[in-house]
Amino acid sequence: HLASSLPLPSERDHLRPRIDLIAFMIDIKSKYSLKNVKASLAHVDASFFLGKVCFLVTGVGRVNYCSVEMNAIWNLGEVYCSPVLFCEIELEGIRVATAQRLLRMLQICAGHVPGVSALSFGSLMRRSADD
Amino acid sequence: QENADPQRTAFLLRKQWTLYSVTPLYRFSNAHLRDYARLLSAFIAAEQQKGLAVEVGVELDTKVALSSLPDLKGSDQDQAAILVQLSLRSSASPKNSGEKLIWSGWFCCVSGDDLSENMPEDFTCLPLFLANGAESYTSIVGSWFQKTFDCCFRRLAISPLILSWMAAMWTGCQVDKTESAMELVFSVPHLPQPLDISYAIHPEDAKALWDTVQKTPGEITQEEVDVFMDCLYSHFHRHFKIHLSATKLVKVSTAIASAHCDGIIKFLQSQYLTGVLMLLTELAISQIE
Repeated sequence: HLASSLPLPSERDHLRPRIDLIAFMIDIKSKYSLKNVKASLAHVDASFFLGKVCFLVTGVGRVNYCSVEMNAIWNLGEVYCSPVLFCEIELEGIRVATAQRLLRMLQICAGHVPGVSALSFGSLMRRSADD
Repeated sequence: QENADPQRTAFLLRKQWTLYSVTPLYRFSNAHLRDYARLLSAFIAAEQQKGLAVEVGVELDTKVALSSLPDLKGSDQDQAAILVQLSLRSSASPKNSGEKLIWSGWFCCVSGDDLSENMPEDFTCLPLFLANGAESYTSIVGSWFQKTFDCCFRRLAISPLILSWMAAMWTGCQVDKTESAMELVFSVPHLPQPLDISYAIHPEDAKALWDTVQKTPGEITQEEVDVFMDCLYSHFHRHFKIHLSATKLVKVSTAIASAHCDGIIKFLQSQYLTGVLMLLTELAISQIE
């Protein structure tokens, strides 16, 4: 399900399936997208931050189009205990690889992978990012 | 930090300079500037013979002058700036003693200690290059330097993030006569036809805003720059319902200087020339490393 901001409209609450993973997309070329994500984060229930949230940063390929400071994004990942992924949407290879990664994460978050919980996977991803 | 003698550097003001980063030059010496001028002149003549530059059919006498600008440095460790000037002396009127300056380029390093600190003896650090004039001459002069000193030139682009810093920094500078408005130009993405938004702010209003944001004079933090820009963006949004933060900041113009994201700069105040060069040197160094 794609949304430009949160909260989702309440009219369709009863028709909506369970949400297993929220991927917040931040376009590094737009300060507005970062502001939007920060505002939307306030509407997310705390239980999601146990491995069911990730930040997807796009537009990183061209460093000279940077309108958002990387430190602000790392900080966001730290504060919300969620991994930060990078994706260059315009390049098909990376786009496909990132989609596969997200799908794998979704499977874990939905509980379809026995022995791996969203929380354990999330902390695994964060620890490897620190290395 | 020495301030460059305003009279000697006045010719650098109010000209549009295209920015490049240059890797350290191998076996370059200040003592051989005349020789270099001669060699470069011969190289240009050869290139012109090949028909690669400018007009064919007219006898072109391109005079090359290399000089040193000792005033443009930040610390004693910096190399003195080197100026290259190309002038045209048309042989059609040999009695005409006037030469027309057709192209200028200068290498400089202002407070480039980060780069020059660990540099071996044979290398000269002049990471910033500024060019004014036809692109064809820039490319010829650039190729000669690259071949002769084994260095590499790259266009220096300025990101919207850095442009915001410049907007904040330069707004805070004290200028005697603030006649020129502060102008920010934004390019709107994802539209079928390109759209540019120009946002002009009265310099006194901008300075007043910056003064309320900046906590320690002489120090600027990323947070302060963000607050400053956000105030300008929300003011604009209130009037025009457009989120400037979703667009790309492409140009910043203040009384001190104007900068474009394609790596083009114009110096407007000699008082702050060294200050702006220091920032540009830092950008050039980070592009090299």
